Amino acid sequence: MARRRHQPAPVEGLEQLCAAKEVLVSTGSGGVGKTTTAAAVGATAAAQMGIKVLVLTVDPARRLANALGMERFGNVETRVPHEAFVAAGADPQGELWAAMLDTKQSWDDLIRLHAPDAATRDAILANPLYQNITGKFVQSHDYVAMERLYEIHTSGRYDLIVVDTPPTRNAVDFLDAPERMADFFSSKLLRWLIAPYSSRVVGFASKPFYSVADRILGTQFLEDIAEFFMLFQTMYDGFVERARAVTELMGSNQTSFLVVSTLEVAPAREAEYFLELLSARRHHVGALVLNKVLPEVLLDRDGTRSAKALAKRSPELADALTGGLGLDADVRHVSHVLGEIGDRYLDYQVVAAREAEQRKELSEVPDLVLSVPYFTDDIHSLERLLNLGEQLW
Amino acid sequence: MTGPGPSPGLLDRRLLFVTGKGGVGKTSVASALGMLAAQHGKRTLVCQVDAKGDLSDFFGVGPLAFTPTDVRAGLSAMSMDTEESLKEYLRLQLKVPLLSRIGPLARTFDFIATAAPGVKEILTVGKLTWEVRENHYDLVVVDASATGHVVGQLGSPVAINDLVKVGLVRNQTDWMIDILTDPARTGVVVVTMPEEMPVSETLELIERLEDETDIDVASVIVNRVLPELFGRGEETIFDRLCEPDARELLGAEVGSGVEAVLAGAQLAVSLRRSRVPHLERLRDGLPDGLPVLYLPFLFSRSHGVRATAQIAESLGEELGF
Repeated sequence: MARRRHQPAPVEGLEQLCAAKEVLVSTGSGGVGKTTTAAAVGATAAAQMGIKVLVLTVDPARRLANALGMERFGNVETRVPHEAFVAAGADPQGELWAAMLDTKQSWDDLIRLHAPDAATRDAILANPLYQNITGKFVQSHDYVAMERLYEIHTSGRYDLIVVDTPPTRNAVDFLDAPERMADFFSSKLLRWLIAPYSSRVVGFASKPFYSVADRILGTQFLEDIAEFFMLFQTMYDGFVERARAVTELMGSNQTSFLVVSTLEVAPAREAEYFLELLSARRHHVGALVLNKVLPEVLLDRDGTRSAKALAKRSPELADALTGGLGLDADVRHVSHVLGEIGDRYLDYQVVAAREAEQRKELSEVPDLVLSVPYFTDDIHSLERLLNLGEQLW
Repeated sequence: MTGPGPSPGLLDRRLLFVTGKGGVGKTSVASALGMLAAQHGKRTLVCQVDAKGDLSDFFGVGPLAFTPTDVRAGLSAMSMDTEESLKEYLRLQLKVPLLSRIGPLARTFDFIATAAPGVKEILTVGKLTWEVRENHYDLVVVDASATGHVVGQLGSPVAINDLVKVGLVRNQTDWMIDILTDPARTGVVVVTMPEEMPVSETLELIERLEDETDIDVASVIVNRVLPELFGRGEETIFDRLCEPDARELLGAEVGSGVEAVLAGAQLAVSLRRSRVPHLERLRDGLPDGLPVLYLPFLFSRSHGVRATAQIAESLGEELGF
């Protein structure tokens, strides 16, 4: 078991976690219910604890936005109306706010906020590469999510911020994004690359590289890149400083991570990897949330015996039952139903047994392991979100 | 969509990009497609684009590299590495004589790849189309990026064409675009499953592919379809069996575990039922004539090469082999 720096006492429940922390980061691979979990935790914390909560999400399903009583999330923080809670049968003590991360919009805001002067600001916003880089790169999503989180956290506007991480395959990218961005801006390499374009003198050492790069990409293109990064250089100090601050926040005792997963093979492996990594980096893992967990009734040993008997003896049982119950049905259909019930139980048992094993392995690291049963439908109402939250509480 | 004439059979194409929302089983379908093609005598390459992917697990082999590994007869697998792809490109295409002269490529590469839009994407797509152009394989199956990024990846040659007006890259993108936009050679396979988000993303992706690229969508594969338990009229029998007197009778015959079995069956029925509207929404939303294949949920312990073989078998049945 990994040693943890903070939190000498084990976390006993989500409420305790929400009370002790200022930032909860929801992580996990795609399709495991990360966004829904973040929303449910945020909504429940607001309803039950009387605190002001922000759920900062990345790309919510429209119906999830609707569940929070909104047409669509915007980049601007918006309060989920009190009436929406009342309509969902809750009497919230606190406030729930929600915002979506619009990468492009957030980058533009960032430039507007930190550009040293209006000329630099306009030049960056007008640079042809700017849109490409800010809009299309996964890394830029990660980075700007961190910037946004940092800005909101330092504003002190909320008691608790629940962050849904971007859908990267590699959750580590998210954590490393600020540092990588800072490295990038401070790298000698960048200066070396920009130098010839700013001085118009191609240095001797870098000549072969440029000739190759020019042949591949064309000179104009490289010049555009250089201009873009020279403009960005002006904001270098701010980037490095904020990157350091947000990295510190992630590692501080104000922040905890929720690792969300299902017990399917691939997501569970990802979760395992991420749990190990968070521990190794001494981040605080508040809870492991397991979604879509098959019910324990599928692991029943007596069930196995009965299912096998049903599958094996279905024709004979069908005869007895059709008579005994006065069933108005073809005996062959009754037999098929009985056989099917037995076979499917055994099928699902194989999956449930594998998942139970997986659960045991995953549960070794975190203090708190929370299971959410297999819902047969997606969650589209605040009521259902609160319902889910209560199950986790 | 495709031009005049019928679409070629899925495995008769030369380059298949397999994509889908995270968690739908994209990699297992890509490996099964590769396995099936190899079984039918095609020299096949399966390439994982995501470096952190786990394609090797699906073939039960060790870690994959940029240089393809033979995983079974007629089937090779590789892992995309854009830096290696750049080196290969420089060597083969530009005939750059002395690599050492370029300087510390590893360090500069990161910069260029991060700074210049689409470089990583073009090096990926370029390598794959190159394998097709050079006839190294009959079929290249790509375990491509997830739905969010695949349009950018596939559109990268066109994007580069727009950005880079001169230079050797510009000359290279033309033949890549030729291969990519030829429905006889290239197709996108969208993997999904009958749940809300995967279906929504699938419909959005197909719309985007049609609006923003000229690349043909070859097929939609619906993965993990749960079995229908009962035939026509049998559900009433099941409901009757769940009533107390029937439970008692059944319990006397097969033991007290029957309660668990009935609970399990009810779960199976409601899980199956909950998927139906999503399947319907998918069918209604897809363009006419786009082939849809269905793969059953695998109730299996294993998830390695054995599972891949099972999926390949189901795929073969769906494709009429």
